[in-house]
Amino acid sequence: MSELLIKNGRVFDPINSINGDIMDIAIKNGKIVDDVSLSPNTKVIDASSMIVMPGGVDAHSHIAGSKVNSGRIMRPDDGRSGIEKRTKITRPCSGYTVPNTFAMGYRYAKLGYTTVFEAAIPILHARHTHEEFGDIPIIDKGGLVLFGSNWQVMEAVRENDIEKLAAYVAWGLSASRGYGVKIVNPGGGEAWGFGKNVSGLHDTVPNFDVTPAEIITSLAKANEMLHLPHSIHLHCNLLGTPGNYKTTIETMKLLEHIKPGMDRQVVHITHLTFNAWGGTNWGDFESKADAVADYLNQHDHVTVDMGQLIFGNATTMTADGPMQYANARLLNARWTNGDVELEDASGVVPLSYIRKMYIHDIMWAVGLEVALLTRNPWQVLLTTDHPNGGPFVNYPEVIALLMSAQKREEEMLKLSNKMRDRTTLSGIERELDWYDIAIKTRASHAKILGLTDHGKGHLGAGADADVTIYHINPDRVDAGREHATVKKAFEKPAYTIKDGEVVAMNGEITATPAGRTFWVNASVPEEHNTRLMRDLRLKFRKYYSINLANYMVQDNYVKHPVVIKAGGS
Amino acid sequence: MEITDAICSFCGSLCDDLTVKVEDNKIVDVRRACRLGAGKMLGHERINSPMIRNEAGKLEEVSSDSAIDRASQILLHAKRPLLYGWASTSCEAQSKGILLGEILGAVVDSTASVCHGPTTLGVQEKGLPTASLGQIKNRADLIIFWGCNPIHAHPRHMSRYSGYLPGFFLDRGRQNRKFVTVDVRMTETAAISDEFLQIEQGSDYVVLSSLRAIINGKGDLVPDVVGGVSKEELMHLSDMMRSCRFGAFFFGMGLTQSKAKYKNIDCALSLTNDLNTRTKFVITPLRGHYNVTGFGQVCSWQTGFPAVDLSRGAPYYNPGEMSANDLLMRDEVDASLVVASDPAAHFPNASVRNLAKSPLIQIDPYANATTEIADVVIPTAIVGVETEGTAYRMDGLSLRLRKLVDSDYPSDEEILDKIIKKVSRNGDVC
Repeated sequence: MSELLIKNGRVFDPINSINGDIMDIAIKNGKIVDDVSLSPNTKVIDASSMIVMPGGVDAHSHIAGSKVNSGRIMRPDDGRSGIEKRTKITRPCSGYTVPNTFAMGYRYAKLGYTTVFEAAIPILHARHTHEEFGDIPIIDKGGLVLFGSNWQVMEAVRENDIEKLAAYVAWGLSASRGYGVKIVNPGGGEAWGFGKNVSGLHDTVPNFDVTPAEIITSLAKANEMLHLPHSIHLHCNLLGTPGNYKTTIETMKLLEHIKPGMDRQVVHITHLTFNAWGGTNWGDFESKADAVADYLNQHDHVTVDMGQLIFGNATTMTADGPMQYANARLLNARWTNGDVELEDASGVVPLSYIRKMYIHDIMWAVGLEVALLTRNPWQVLLTTDHPNGGPFVNYPEVIALLMSAQKREEEMLKLSNKMRDRTTLSGIERELDWYDIAIKTRASHAKILGLTDHGKGHLGAGADADVTIYHINPDRVDAGREHATVKKAFEKPAYTIKDGEVVAMNGEITATPAGRTFWVNASVPEEHNTRLMRDLRLKFRKYYSINLANYMVQDNYVKHPVVIKAGGS
Repeated sequence: MEITDAICSFCGSLCDDLTVKVEDNKIVDVRRACRLGAGKMLGHERINSPMIRNEAGKLEEVSSDSAIDRASQILLHAKRPLLYGWASTSCEAQSKGILLGEILGAVVDSTASVCHGPTTLGVQEKGLPTASLGQIKNRADLIIFWGCNPIHAHPRHMSRYSGYLPGFFLDRGRQNRKFVTVDVRMTETAAISDEFLQIEQGSDYVVLSSLRAIINGKGDLVPDVVGGVSKEELMHLSDMMRSCRFGAFFFGMGLTQSKAKYKNIDCALSLTNDLNTRTKFVITPLRGHYNVTGFGQVCSWQTGFPAVDLSRGAPYYNPGEMSANDLLMRDEVDASLVVASDPAAHFPNASVRNLAKSPLIQIDPYANATTEIADVVIPTAIVGVETEGTAYRMDGLSLRLRKLVDSDYPSDEEILDKIIKKVSRNGDVC
């Protein structure tokens, strides 16, 4: 696999400002190299009339761990929907919304993705996440760790001790071999411990005397104090509640004055499909994506992702325990709940998004509106919050929708009139181009995660040789009209190359290397660590159900680590 | 040498606070463990050597290589192999078992199918509203034990997770909590409970349904006596359930294996769901073997299902058709591999007779009833004592079991890996 030359492709590499130039990409020992004069026996891929992009990066997906597996355990119905036989090089596959671990890796690779981040890991259950990571072939992985309802966090916030909070965040990332700070319905997970929720940013979390707003701002400060590669990654309060766009915007405002410790956003707010909602109840439910996009157009400290809804089956899974119980009662659906001692909550609820059910139709529009009304393409990532909005295998559908106003019109014909009245989608003519799509499916994901300096999301010299080649000629195809061709091309890339090795061709897996796992090791001054450990030892002695010595993820579980250092000044 | 924070590999409680004293590579003392756990760790009789049953019908000691060869030959020539057990070994070995199943096109099933299998079926109907055991320790002021007797089966459960210890919100421990036991007979757990409801055998479903009716405001539909229990007692229990701050419902095989089976679980899960409209309530199965939970986890993430028939080259799951006893009762199995369990002692007689008819390979540290009908026996190291590995506590928490002493025995994982190498075709994924 040592040398590979991709010749004459139309290259879209936004991080290096390359917009469709015809170029050769040279690969040596798993890295992109400048020198295209490789040895005579170099393997050559003729990419003329094809699109070449960096390997796809997904900054927010639920691919591994206790929640995902709870979904599999409660959904044999889903397992049966994606059955694929074992082949000479691949393990058998199952599932659609909750695929088995092998399918998770193969299907992402077949879609042209080479790096995927799991969006919610409770520290206590991180070992399980890494066991599943170990069984997800091909793709590189990393995980965001839940801090938003954690006792140690809330105590430090109450004491306004940001140094100790930073020490805990650093320790938690190390204990879980995690990558970044995830906050889900801050304070709500703790309130759910006694079956309650928090009602907004300034409600007080029972027994801890802090507010969600204080948790968010304090964690943002700690995050920047540690110079973590990624910003805080936030699932807002009141997600899933009509009228929640106000809370979403208010949350963004909270963080306007925080200075980022790295060259990136201060906060990433996730899956806007579920929290750019207007109205006061399900009757007058409407989209307020325009209001959220307006805010985004005036502020650059926030990035977001779509969490696009896909009609059909989904399995919702989140640390937002109270929201999931409400969902399950509303839909009379199966309900799995998983409170995590001292740390957070979680819930898993299977559901179906149905066309002409106007609430679902409006939600479908919200994600698209946010992406299309926000001018800066770098600010909105393409995701489906897999498998909450729908499974990741539907990304090509979302790409086609974003690139074609005509496709959106065709889809809208199948939906309720209320959707037209209560969203702005039918008035939006914007069509994204190939460059925008490259931003929204890889470049911006890598940038937002802070991975560009670690070889992801671009094709500059020294980057990981993760490359996707799509069977589509941008000169010949008018994406606005030929959206079906676009969708097909993105469903089956001609080549997916991972670390210089062709791992998938035309929808078939050709090699199954093991992926790496990124985690962040942040250092903090010893004095703060000492104070922290005093607190933690007490918590393990009295309140956790396991001992400190058995808590941290052992190195056996992270077989191919990439450790990114942070912390200090 | 003293090893602290050792994890016990006996039951699904996975107590992780043991201090083990080792002298000359022998465990001489185990502190804080219950008698069951300490008994296992201090050691008892083992299988000495790999054995193959000879023509005279006697097990004869052989080399490890010969035993692995014979085992591989048996499995290679089988048309409908069954790989069964897996409850008392590591996730790493279970993972190898599933891979072996893929290669052979075998059925892979675990002891859950005769234990908490109905729990899984209930969860497939209704989901599992649960919590980690520490959450229960810190918050639960009402604990219900239904069809289980943790004092005997999980001796430290109540003192570590479900009752006696103080928690963050219950600083006086047992005094802050109410225990209720529902069972068909007086048990030790019932004897120390604040309330005991003795119900008639097989009436779990109607009693649970009545509680649901009362809690959902349909109490007038409930007759005066249900399952041998008066309506007043049921009203009293439902009041306790509604008025607690945090309730935890633990259940055992008294619920999963009595009449109505998975419907009992479905009803208990629905009751828990209903109670959350009023207060906080969670439910947790008391899983027996220390890593039976782990098999369900590993098999689900690797195949999508908690047990699997791989004869089609792809995962197939249909309990009632492809579970171990379904196959054995139909006399379909023509070779079996039993790992870390004892079906000969626990399956119905008719199943065991068919199990014994065809070649049977056993991989286990200990001799048991299955050894008596095995044709190849391969002894292995004890996970959590002689080798490390992952196990899942009954609440789904993954823990890494430690190695405490050295051993000459290979691990289950190593043996399975050797078999995999022998039965797989060159170049295939393995």
